[in-house]
Amino acid sequence: MLAFIMRRLGILSVILFGSSFILYNMAAISGDPLADLKLSTDPNRDFLVASLTRELQLDVPPPARYFLWIKGIFGIFIGKPDFGMSRDGSTVAHSLALAIPVTIRLVLAATIFAIVLGIAIGIVTALRQYSRFDYSMTFVSFLMFSLPIFWVAVLLKEYLAISFNNFLREPKVPLGWIIGISLFSAIFWASVIGGSRKAFWTAFFSAALIAGSIVTLFSVSGWFLNPGLGPIVITAMSVGIAYGVTQLSVGLINKAALKASLTMAGLSLVFYYPAQWVFDKHPGSLPVFLMACVTITIAVFVGLSYSKIDRAPIVRTTIITAVLSAGLVVVDKFMQTWKPYMETDAINYRPVPTIGQRSDLLDTPDYWLKSLDIVTHLFLPTVALTLISFAGYIRYSRGTLLEVLNQDYIRTARAKGLTERTVIMRHAFRNTMIPLTTIMVVDFAGVIGGALITESVFGWSGMGTLFRQGLLGYDLNLLMGVFFITATLSVLANLVADLLYSALDPRIRVGGGA
Amino acid sequence: MIFKKKAAQNAEVNSSGENAIANKEIEGLSQGQIVRRRFFRHRAAVFSLGVILFIVVFVFTALDFRFLGIWHVKGWWKWSPEDIPDLRYGDCPNDTVGCPTISLLPKALGGNGIGLGDHPFGQDDIGRDFFSLVMKGTQRSLSVMVVIGFLGGTIGTIVGSISGYYRGKVDAVLMRFTDFIITIPAIIIGSVVGYHFGNLGAIFLAFYLGLFAWTGLSRLVRGEFLTLREREFVDAARVAGASNRRIIFKHILPNAVGVIIVSVTLLLSGAILLETALSYIGFGVVEPDVSLGLLINKYQDSFTTRPWLFWYPGLFIISIALSINFIGDGLRDAFDPRQRRRISKKERQESASARKLAQAHD
Repeated sequence: MLAFIMRRLGILSVILFGSSFILYNMAAISGDPLADLKLSTDPNRDFLVASLTRELQLDVPPPARYFLWIKGIFGIFIGKPDFGMSRDGSTVAHSLALAIPVTIRLVLAATIFAIVLGIAIGIVTALRQYSRFDYSMTFVSFLMFSLPIFWVAVLLKEYLAISFNNFLREPKVPLGWIIGISLFSAIFWASVIGGSRKAFWTAFFSAALIAGSIVTLFSVSGWFLNPGLGPIVITAMSVGIAYGVTQLSVGLINKAALKASLTMAGLSLVFYYPAQWVFDKHPGSLPVFLMACVTITIAVFVGLSYSKIDRAPIVRTTIITAVLSAGLVVVDKFMQTWKPYMETDAINYRPVPTIGQRSDLLDTPDYWLKSLDIVTHLFLPTVALTLISFAGYIRYSRGTLLEVLNQDYIRTARAKGLTERTVIMRHAFRNTMIPLTTIMVVDFAGVIGGALITESVFGWSGMGTLFRQGLLGYDLNLLMGVFFITATLSVLANLVADLLYSALDPRIRVGGGA
Repeated sequence: MIFKKKAAQNAEVNSSGENAIANKEIEGLSQGQIVRRRFFRHRAAVFSLGVILFIVVFVFTALDFRFLGIWHVKGWWKWSPEDIPDLRYGDCPNDTVGCPTISLLPKALGGNGIGLGDHPFGQDDIGRDFFSLVMKGTQRSLSVMVVIGFLGGTIGTIVGSISGYYRGKVDAVLMRFTDFIITIPAIIIGSVVGYHFGNLGAIFLAFYLGLFAWTGLSRLVRGEFLTLREREFVDAARVAGASNRRIIFKHILPNAVGVIIVSVTLLLSGAILLETALSYIGFGVVEPDVSLGLLINKYQDSFTTRPWLFWYPGLFIISIALSINFIGDGLRDAFDPRQRRRISKKERQESASARKLAQAHD
């Protein structure tokens, strides 16, 4: 195993070396970084040219200069990597250090949403193969495949952001919209739940009723201007989460797990007010993180105390319930911040921005206002990226699950008399996740380099912007710095994917053949 | 030949139930016929094929066609992208200028009748006919797509088949070379190539992009070759004295053609999105040439006042990419031997009653 990893790493570094060499030279011969300086009429032009030449070592021919560059990179092994200087005099390492968190922030939420949504919908379409829901989701996923992100982005800016901001001026949902939303959720849930004709219509009408009344309630109570969940709603939702998670994870038949999850749901009410106190008195990321740790610890203890045998699944269920209900409390805090956020001068009741990564005008020391500002700026890019990338997960998880469902062990599981839930969640879903996991790893690495267009449409300054800057200004060190990060990530992700595959699927052994 | 044998085997193994229905349909048909039948049963794919053919004919006949200055075919559309007609004033909503004249609503329903009018997609800010611009852009994007697909498909197939057939050292070298190309993200190589060579023309750009677009396909073809080369018919051909080249091209490649065609279609739809995206960020086709991505980039700021400058290029990109995706889906279904058509309830009942009858006769 270790020998395999070492050999792969060796090959990969050779590959990286070769491709960076080629890219460096391609970029170098394509343009002169001094071209615009030589044309300028600046009196100290010659001095500037000379200093830039010295700094970027432009007097060395590109193939040799590449080795100077790679020597700096090799500093990684002694803990002092040197990515060189960019044209404007700052170090590339510094620019990268600023850009990487921005890009990760941009793609992280979108990737997670895309994965969760895509897999969930993909599984439902596979279970309802050849149903109307399946066909319409197939169409939707093909449509998403075919959408250019820059086009979607402009549409979202115009219709989602600007219309929503206009709507907030007088947040009354018109009757047509209420009916439309009710109908949509009715059709969606009815086709997801499916089953007999009676079940279909029950789902249809209850979904329509619930969605319609929620939207009407929001509209009448002015919820959009001053949203919030409050302890009662949080508790109710946590109980719902407890039932749902238990059903999916171990089945409602497991009373210990259900009791443990319900206890955690109840605890979310008990801890609601202390949590508010912490949010107000000690704002910051660290207290939130510590509270998350406390929540998980409590969940582990609750899970252990209710279970006697087969503890791991019960503890797992309890932890998932606890994290989700605690998440509701945080969401509630964000909702409470919504009204003060909209009342600030920088926002002035137009909270969904179309461009940028934060409001420059928003000058506040308040942790929650700043965090909400980041969230609102993330909103549009996240929606756009999710729309584009979740289609792939739908198709892939549907195809894999259908293949798995045809396997003999599924037939065996059914023949043993296991419940459908156990067959799907334990036998089929877990095996579906094996190839999906490896795809996720590679995708995540790819998306960091591939957010170039999204960044440019939404005016974020992350890796993509740096890359663009390097390309347009013939700024080799900057360009190569970005390339080095993205290429290394994608190469490593491929290696990790291979290793994960062999860890998850005992039929695959690495090191044997490859 | 082999397919018939396989079909016969299958018929023996699955002689009852649903398989019997499926097998009866393909009895005595060649592989090509089976695939064609299955494909034409996929309604969405057939419809998409029609759409894409229509778009190609519609777009390529719209404008004047010149070839090396000798061959000149007149297009059916009256304007060309170079013409600058007068901007239309007055009859546009919200005091805009140069709005589209296309109308799809018949007079009976309160519209202006079905017709294209003078400037169906409107005019841009200096009055150029936007319909002809979109036609030109679609021509560019389509040709880029075809070149990338052709080049990527050819290189991918050759690299994949050689490395899968010969295995060993050749395979190791070729696959490391593939990894090497994969490390350079498509968008990055596209930007470098497009930015520095984009001004040499769209076809040149497509050519360069095609040189980097074959990696996924070559891996798939290699996998297919690795399994196929162990099959009996390859041994038979080798024993009969066929050369390696003959085995690769005459025996194995026709059996791998399904995988190749399906992934080339997906490569095509990826290619048009890549080209438009590159042109959008300014690293692809550059002015004075026209491309769909370039048009969107140029006019996105006028979205609020003159949205048609934004809508039509996007609609063309989407309809081309969507049709190709559906065609690819139809082809995948058609080529996949495991994929069986959904047996309708009626057919199942008929088959069951036929079986009962047969048992009664026994």
